[in-house]
Amino acid sequence: MDKILNWIDDRFPLTALWESQWGKYVAPKNFNFWYYFGSLAALVLVLQILTGIFLTMNYKPDAAKAFESVEYIMRDVNGGWIIRYMHSTGASMFFVVVYLHMFRGLMYGSYRKPRELTWIFGCIIYLALMGEAFFGYLLPWGQMSYWGAQVIVNLFSAVPIVGEDLGIWIRGDYTISDITLNRFFAFHVIAVPLVLVGLVAAHLMALHETGSNNPDGIEIKKQPKDPATGLPLDGIYSHPYYSVKDIMGVVVFLAVFSVIMFFVPDMGGYFLEANNFVPADPLKTPVHIAPVWYFTPYYAMLRAVPSLFGSQFWGVVVMGAAVMIFFALPWLDRGAVKSIRYRGPTYKAWLAAFVVSFLVLGYLGVVPVTVWGQFPENWPLVGTADCATVVSRVLTVVYFLFFLLMPWYTARDRTKPVPERVTG
Amino acid sequence: MMNKLAAPFLALLLLAAAGTAAAAGGADVRLEPAPINRLDSASMQRGARTFVNYCLSCHSAKYMRYNRLTEIGVDAAMIQDNLMFASDKIGNQMTIAMTARDAKAWFGAPPPDLTVESRVRGADWLYNYFLGFYKDDASASGWNNLVFPNVGMPHVLWKQAGVGRLVSTEYRNHEEALAAAIAVKGLAVLAPAKDHKYVVETIAVDEPGAMTPAQYKVMVADLVNFLDFMGEPAKNRRINLGIIVLLYLGVLFVFAYWMKREYWKDVH
Repeated sequence: MDKILNWIDDRFPLTALWESQWGKYVAPKNFNFWYYFGSLAALVLVLQILTGIFLTMNYKPDAAKAFESVEYIMRDVNGGWIIRYMHSTGASMFFVVVYLHMFRGLMYGSYRKPRELTWIFGCIIYLALMGEAFFGYLLPWGQMSYWGAQVIVNLFSAVPIVGEDLGIWIRGDYTISDITLNRFFAFHVIAVPLVLVGLVAAHLMALHETGSNNPDGIEIKKQPKDPATGLPLDGIYSHPYYSVKDIMGVVVFLAVFSVIMFFVPDMGGYFLEANNFVPADPLKTPVHIAPVWYFTPYYAMLRAVPSLFGSQFWGVVVMGAAVMIFFALPWLDRGAVKSIRYRGPTYKAWLAAFVVSFLVLGYLGVVPVTVWGQFPENWPLVGTADCATVVSRVLTVVYFLFFLLMPWYTARDRTKPVPERVTG
Repeated sequence: MMNKLAAPFLALLLLAAAGTAAAAGGADVRLEPAPINRLDSASMQRGARTFVNYCLSCHSAKYMRYNRLTEIGVDAAMIQDNLMFASDKIGNQMTIAMTARDAKAWFGAPPPDLTVESRVRGADWLYNYFLGFYKDDASASGWNNLVFPNVGMPHVLWKQAGVGRLVSTEYRNHEEALAAAIAVKGLAVLAPAKDHKYVVETIAVDEPGAMTPAQYKVMVADLVNFLDFMGEPAKNRRINLGIIVLLYLGVLFVFAYWMKREYWKDVH
């Protein structure tokens, strides 16, 4: 065995790669619940790629056959329904895990120096993931697939001057059609996954270069070394410690995943929408078009922005900015400490406001704007606008203020002293 | 080691999901829950017979193969003798001879394929749809439906069900109307009317059909049970496999936990 390994190591840095990336990677010993979601995201990525490979064996990217081929997979392919439910549940769970992973970064200041690049790679992964989900959602060729894609591509058509042509360029046609389906298939099964895998590798390499942050926001590399082990005082090897801990997390996650996949694969219409069991019909617009749940916070923003100078483009700008602003986070945060454990009340309040905004916007993006009725006539300022629209506007502003005011409120916050050693 | 912040965060997520489920607007269609049972294959078999006799001339089920009916306990010979035309092969899909073009001319819109209709509408909706037909001379077919207003489809099962009549009662306010709708203990539509009043609409059967109302409900429940099976033939396998997978993961968790605890003993 050793001989084989030596033979390989003389020609390829296999052992060195394993040790630098995981085997001898030194991580803080105080990772908590929130630190499971990185490895879980990697797991879901692998799951999506594997199930995706098997789905492509029977799926037909053809407007006349796509819907039928999905039902063929669900009925006539042996185990096809398992593969398809794994993939559809996996798509939503990917976003659940990634959102929790990103929230961890926000709480513990994981994006801050020296981990800016890890954060940026992560943001690009998030963008790629949104693209991947969007392209993939067209493939079942149901009513929601079709009209969802129509709505999103029309966003690009709202760009001034070039918009119209841009829409045609993306679709390859004047409407969503067979041509669009074919190119979205190409993006979904090869182009974006390739980019995703590369980005995940970069994300991990950058992380393993700087070392991991932790719930206390302490740099363990700056600690004195333990004379017995040669490791930082609060550092342990990832392997076996976090290997075995993550395995435990994986089992729990798979249990949650299985409960959804085997007992409620539609998740009440959130993971698989009822309307998507109707084949796409370009002549019949559904009454209520809502994107899948993971896009709804941004969709609520889009709907909340009023048309200005006769153009809907501003909503698109706001929506785009809401995603892109994550990139600036490392430079917006001027706090003296990283972790929420030692932050002052101001940061905590802003983070709470941000989370509430994101969740409520997510809810409002699912429902029609009339959900909370309208303001009575005698109210100042709002007129008789839909309550939900006004709330969306306020929350969109809160969402952006969390970022834009960050340089001030983080710098002035009453932080607590950070201990030398990690706590529990 | 659940973080202090984790619990309220997850609670918020759940809250958001619950709030979403409660949202609705317009008329309040109060459906009677469909009394169906995914394990009652005799009911599905009766439903399959109803489906083939009454639905499968205008509606196709083109993703469903006849031989899949063996999963609800019908053997191949029975399928061939009772449920399909002699010219079809048992591996064929449940298609119809009517073209979409003719259908459009006759009904205004082609009758939808019903293979996955239960996943579009849900079992409760389908069940109440069959209970919701009433006579309406203003419509082209002579029928209308409380659950699906102005539907193009006539009441195919009227001989069994009898002829229904729309009963519309006005109430002074929402509370009284809601109380009346609840008292119906079945399909009722609660809709706002003029002057802040509310109406409750129900169906009354004037001319009894060949079946008693209770018998007709059983027939419809069987049909919906079959449609539900057809929407996802793998459902029972899915649930059974899910239980096995969860038991396996439960056992695996015990070992994963022990292993983690054993390794982490020396971390202080």
